Amino acid sequence: MNESETRFAISSSPHLRGKLTTRGIMLDVLIALIPVCGAGVFAFGIRALLIILISIISCIGFELLYEKLTRQPLTVGDLSAAVTGAILAINLPATVPLWVPVLGSAFAIIITKMLFGGLGHNFMNPALSARVFLLISFAGIMTTYPSTVRLISTFTKVTSEATPLKSVASGESINWFTMLTDMHTGCIGEASVIAILIGAAYLLIRRTIAARIPFTYIISSAVFIALILIIKGDAELITIDYMVAQICGGGLLLGAFFMATDYVTNPSTPLGQFIFAVLLGLITAIIRLLSGSAEGVSYAIIIGNMLSPLIDRLLTPSYFGKRSKPIPFENA
Amino acid sequence: MNKVSERLYNGIIKENPTFVLLLGMCPTLAVTTSAINGLGMGLSAAAVLIMSNFIISLLRKVIPSGVRVPAYIVIVASLVTVLELLLQAYVRSIYSALGIYIPLIVVNCIILGRAEAYAGKNPVLLSVFDGIGMGLGFTMALTVIGCIRELLGNGSVFGINVMPSWYEPIAMIVLAPGAFFVLAMLVALRNRLVSRKKREKISADSCVGQCIGCNLCSKNLEKSEKKEDEKA
Repeated sequence: MNESETRFAISSSPHLRGKLTTRGIMLDVLIALIPVCGAGVFAFGIRALLIILISIISCIGFELLYEKLTRQPLTVGDLSAAVTGAILAINLPATVPLWVPVLGSAFAIIITKMLFGGLGHNFMNPALSARVFLLISFAGIMTTYPSTVRLISTFTKVTSEATPLKSVASGESINWFTMLTDMHTGCIGEASVIAILIGAAYLLIRRTIAARIPFTYIISSAVFIALILIIKGDAELITIDYMVAQICGGGLLLGAFFMATDYVTNPSTPLGQFIFAVLLGLITAIIRLLSGSAEGVSYAIIIGNMLSPLIDRLLTPSYFGKRSKPIPFENA
Repeated sequence: MNKVSERLYNGIIKENPTFVLLLGMCPTLAVTTSAINGLGMGLSAAAVLIMSNFIISLLRKVIPSGVRVPAYIVIVASLVTVLELLLQAYVRSIYSALGIYIPLIVVNCIILGRAEAYAGKNPVLLSVFDGIGMGLGFTMALTVIGCIRELLGNGSVFGINVMPSWYEPIAMIVLAPGAFFVLAMLVALRNRLVSRKKREKISADSCVGQCIGCNLCSKNLEKSEKKEDEKA
């Protein structure tokens, strides 16, 4: 081999690669979920930890199983299944029977993710689709929330306590400062606002997620909630206590920072992401105030996921020198 | 295989209206919440299909081709009216469970499809057997979907509890999304079985001895070579 051959490495583009890998991103998300999970375990007892572990292990297990059965390359190493498992678990109440996270993982991994082609091809957030599947199938189990225990060694007591959202929906008021600092009941991940904010701050500082979607989502849901209340003639309800409970009481923070920001299922252009987040806020406000259910974040995000290809199509950037025009449907 | 049994095989397996042709999706997805509803819907549609194939085949030389579709619809609609009155009189529970989907049999695309594709051009006896085959295929498919949805979503089959008491029914399966999941899984399963069968058939039967550019029998060759190696 002469010298000229070794000096040039011939390859196709891209020639410069960043250090960012799927595995690294997923690891960041997992790290950001540690405070959330920790607060959940602290609030609901060791059973919450059990649910989180079962959920993560069964997600990885189902992905392995599916790839073995269909003789595909194994992709468990990219940690995306572990993230799906963790996100599914923090969306479950700590009192669910232990088969619920297993069934949810099967739905998330096999039906929403692998059957559509694996990571990057799932049309909606797998963990959220599984949560909605479980919520519709087992409404009773999925909406019985335990009271907070705060003793790590004890098992969770099964006494149903109203979540902050349900309380404000029935007209009670919760002090905003307690809401922000204290533990409150709900799904495992909803226990502590501070823990969610710590995780979110980590993701924002590491630039794993951009601030655009979560903050637009949170602000737009607050605006739409206020608007709907004014239109309904309930403007006197809008107090600091009420708005803080609406924003921090349910899954909104969790959804905004950890689920709506899923790369695969939101639009790719900045404007598209903005429209997506405003849409999520609108749907959340409509479901929370105008339907029978107190919570609407999961539904809002999966509806938004399904609309994001349409948003992308409307906002396809044009290449240089070409007038911008949406791609006609038949050419897609 | 004679023509009559070929018609039956064609309707039930080869061109099953639900799993292969994907016709008549509206009742398939909407009424199969339980096995008995699926069976009832399937049999109702089959009865209309057999009679309409019979009558249309009888009249195939009388009906002018320009107005054949309205003529078919009139025939099918009269049959459906008869069926609806019969169900209302004798099996009230099925009548109320199927509701709007009984009158909708008039525009069921399996019935019009068979009239257009087969009964309008073929002799009476074969048309009747085409109707029986397609009708049985449809009934079978609906009953299977109904059984699975009732079993998973309600823990019972034909109204009899079969699941152990700890089983928590998955309510989603009897709701609308469950119909899509179950149908999709069954179609996928059928395609998988058929593609496997076809592959075996090709490698076994269609070898014409021209081996250049053909790798149909390479797998068999590998297998036989391995066997020989083991023997040696």
